[in-house]
Amino acid sequence: MRKVRQKNTENHTMYKKAFKAAFTHTLPIMAGFCFLGLTYGIYMNVKGFSFVFPMIMSLCVFAGSAEFVAVNFLLSAFDPLQAFAVTLMINARHLFYGISMLDRYKGTGIKKFYLIFGMCDESFSINCSARLGEDIDQKQFMFFVTILNHFYWVSGATLGGIFGSLIMFNTEGIEFVMTAMFAVIFLEQFLKEKNHTASLLGLGLSLICLVAFGTGNFMIPSMLAILGILTLLRKPLEKGGDKE
Amino acid sequence: MMTTPRIIITITAVVAATMLTRFLPFIIFPAGKPTPKYIVYLGRVLPPAIFGMLVIYCLKDVTILSGSHGIPELISIATVVGLHLWKRQMLLSILVGTVCYMLLVQLVF
Repeated sequence: MRKVRQKNTENHTMYKKAFKAAFTHTLPIMAGFCFLGLTYGIYMNVKGFSFVFPMIMSLCVFAGSAEFVAVNFLLSAFDPLQAFAVTLMINARHLFYGISMLDRYKGTGIKKFYLIFGMCDESFSINCSARLGEDIDQKQFMFFVTILNHFYWVSGATLGGIFGSLIMFNTEGIEFVMTAMFAVIFLEQFLKEKNHTASLLGLGLSLICLVAFGTGNFMIPSMLAILGILTLLRKPLEKGGDKE
Repeated sequence: MMTTPRIIITITAVVAATMLTRFLPFIIFPAGKPTPKYIVYLGRVLPPAIFGMLVIYCLKDVTILSGSHGIPELISIATVVGLHLWKRQMLLSILVGTVCYMLLVQLVF
């Protein structure tokens, strides 16, 4: 009996520790998502949708850029095939996330479904880059990161849909919190690794593609270029044995 | 605006496409079977490349030739990088960088 109770308390502390770590790691996302979610809710509100729409969209899609574009699908002629194809293009980067998380999401049991469902840019980046102490359960941590981000996003979008037009203070520029976060994650990765080839390729090839193909069309060429060059460099990169 | 069934079908299409991009790798390479070596290699080298790609993705709407010429972005990112190299405190770097950007776009540019 006592053993069971002891185990329960241990579990409880583990949960608490994992939640605390997840909360700290997602603080910048809380700021960014509450704001971006608000913007999204206001945007839908202005376009004539009730707050139920941003709430349902943010809950079910949970992919910012696709949700903004989806508003246009809803306002133009009925064409679900086009909506499907365009969303596929916008979200193609998730394929890379999945390949990177195959191993890390292994053995997460029933939570795995939700971890994959909620794998947005931000959840992926935190779950992929966070280095935790020995005393924190990685699987619990990843689950809390995903659910907290989801919660911030849905709350923001719903509140934006309800009260959006009432916000008075000047929030211009607050969306930069996301850029700053990705810059820090990139920098952390860069400082940690011995071989900078992949980091610099990702940065350089995307920049070249952005200049060459323009804002709307550069992601797919960037991904193909990154995939192609990394495939060509497989031998030297594997030989280098760059394990962080 | 569309009729309700059409709205539901359109939203379902967006959800289905998003979920396809997230679940596909896990469906093709299930946990029970050994993953091909090439995919394991990609899983190891892709993350740093993706982090670089995401930084560019965030900056994709910056106009170098018009508007503020990307100066607020440049200053703020330099602040983030400099502060992070100095203190190595993730939240602090992000917070100061964001406040710096907000002040620049609201008061200077």
